[in-house]
Amino acid sequence: MTPDTATVPLARLAHGRTGDKGNTSSISVIAYEAQHWPLLVEQVTEARVAALFASRRPTRVTRYLLPRLQAMNFVLHDILEGGVNDALNLDAHGKSLSGLLLTLPVQAPKA
Amino acid sequence: MPSTPPPLLIGCGAGFSGDRWDAAVPVVRTLIARGGPAVLMFETLAERTLALAQLQRRQNPAAGFEPTLERFIRPVLADCVRHGIPIVGNFGAANPRGAAACLQALAAELGLGALRVGVVEGDDVLAQLSPDQLAQVRGPRTDAPVSANAYLGAQGIAACLRAGAQVVVTGRVADPALALGPLLAHFGWADDDWDRLAAGTIAGHLLECGAQVCGGYFADPGLKDVPDLAHVGFPVLEVRADGRFVVGKADATGGCVDERTVKEQLLYEIHDPAAYLTPDVVADLSEVTLQTLGPDRVQVSGVRGHARPDTLKTTACFEGGWLAEGEISYAGPNAVARARLAAQVVRSRLAEWAPGLQPVRCDLIGVASLFADDAGTWAAGQDGLEPVGRMQDVQDVRLRVAARASQRSEAEQLTREVLALYTCGPAGGGGVRSAITPRLASESWFVPRAWIKEHWSLL
Repeated sequence: MTPDTATVPLARLAHGRTGDKGNTSSISVIAYEAQHWPLLVEQVTEARVAALFASRRPTRVTRYLLPRLQAMNFVLHDILEGGVNDALNLDAHGKSLSGLLLTLPVQAPKA
Repeated sequence: MPSTPPPLLIGCGAGFSGDRWDAAVPVVRTLIARGGPAVLMFETLAERTLALAQLQRRQNPAAGFEPTLERFIRPVLADCVRHGIPIVGNFGAANPRGAAACLQALAAELGLGALRVGVVEGDDVLAQLSPDQLAQVRGPRTDAPVSANAYLGAQGIAACLRAGAQVVVTGRVADPALALGPLLAHFGWADDDWDRLAAGTIAGHLLECGAQVCGGYFADPGLKDVPDLAHVGFPVLEVRADGRFVVGKADATGGCVDERTVKEQLLYEIHDPAAYLTPDVVADLSEVTLQTLGPDRVQVSGVRGHARPDTLKTTACFEGGWLAEGEISYAGPNAVARARLAAQVVRSRLAEWAPGLQPVRCDLIGVASLFADDAGTWAAGQDGLEPVGRMQDVQDVRLRVAARASQRSEAEQLTREVLALYTCGPAGGGGVRSAITPRLASESWFVPRAWIKEHWSLL
């Protein structure tokens, strides 16, 4: 952290949506403002997202970048504990998990 | 070469079987007002819906199509027929001919005369594969599937429309095919024109979830505000011969179309954006750009495509036992402690009286539920994360107990143990609700394209 930055949840800088296929979740992270794209690429990494979802024991976390859209797509394999057909979770699709990803702390310039 | 065909307008009337029955009306009004060639699509066939429809059809051969089909179509059929707007939908489910008969009866009732209905079939894989072929494609489960349906592409839909169908009814097709089929019929794109096939597929991908591209499933007060969400409009796309398209919505409705809403739906349920596999093409989003043309109008360009896969993805469904759930709420001082005590009581009782239910999941709704894992790691903060809210401050919490049961009687034991907390559990518990739900498990198979015979008929 520098004097000109503050720690904020990712939700302040980006929005996203969750999709599911079987036991795998895909979550988009879309910058509200193009100027924040470089810091998102630097800070919203596969390793940090995997750590955030550690209790779900992902077998793999892959990040895909779409620079022309200032968007990234995370695919988290095997985190749904059975998915829509077999999970015990109230939200068997895992649709709410975009909310967890958007809690990721990021260092952002003070606006 | 004749002059370029005009753009095709495609509206969506439903993004899933639970969608609003009134949503198609403003869409059709818009298609008529804009003039020019137009099509209306309905997507009402989720993965497990088709397996359930197969089970319904076993009980009643006349059933097995979307049960609320008439509710979706009645408000718009007359206008669509009178204005030459074909309707395309996967509401055929397990019985496309049954759906066709229902629509023909509706047309007769509305005084529209004989309705030309195209029916696309051939997605039922169990009816087509030999035992040897089945053995080659099936997955690890050895029990007999309830159903197995391949995702067919756009060709059958296109053929029905070229033959003059006023409604096209399908079973399982890839959702974007509901838009790509009309585009193929209208523009005559070659079936190896990969870039245009991909553009049409992505247009369908943006349409297939109804309002999700135009303000639905998007609002986040203060961060993403959406006008008049109660009357959110459904999408209307305008697709040009070169594959570029503009995303809009029905006139005089709530909602909004902007780069944010389009990006969220563009990436929805996509894994690798450079390789989105469909039966007709592999779409590549890596060079897509968006341009805002005006209020609620966003142009999408740069979709690329690659050759279609050699296999068709097939979803096979199997009997999957039961989901048992019981809930009870606690409020006031010490509410969380009482809810946790109730959880301990139910766990102890189930370990003794229904040992086959393990593992049992306990959520504290209002403190830790959606983000939590079955083992309770997240709720305990063992991964370094804190559950929402300081537990001792929460004064309104709902315990939810859930487990898988192979027998319904086992499932009932869970619901009875939660119910018994009314007199046997901690102080002040209230609002018990329970549910026992039959489940279907699924596997994905990949079946060589040549083994599956798609066919279509005009009724």
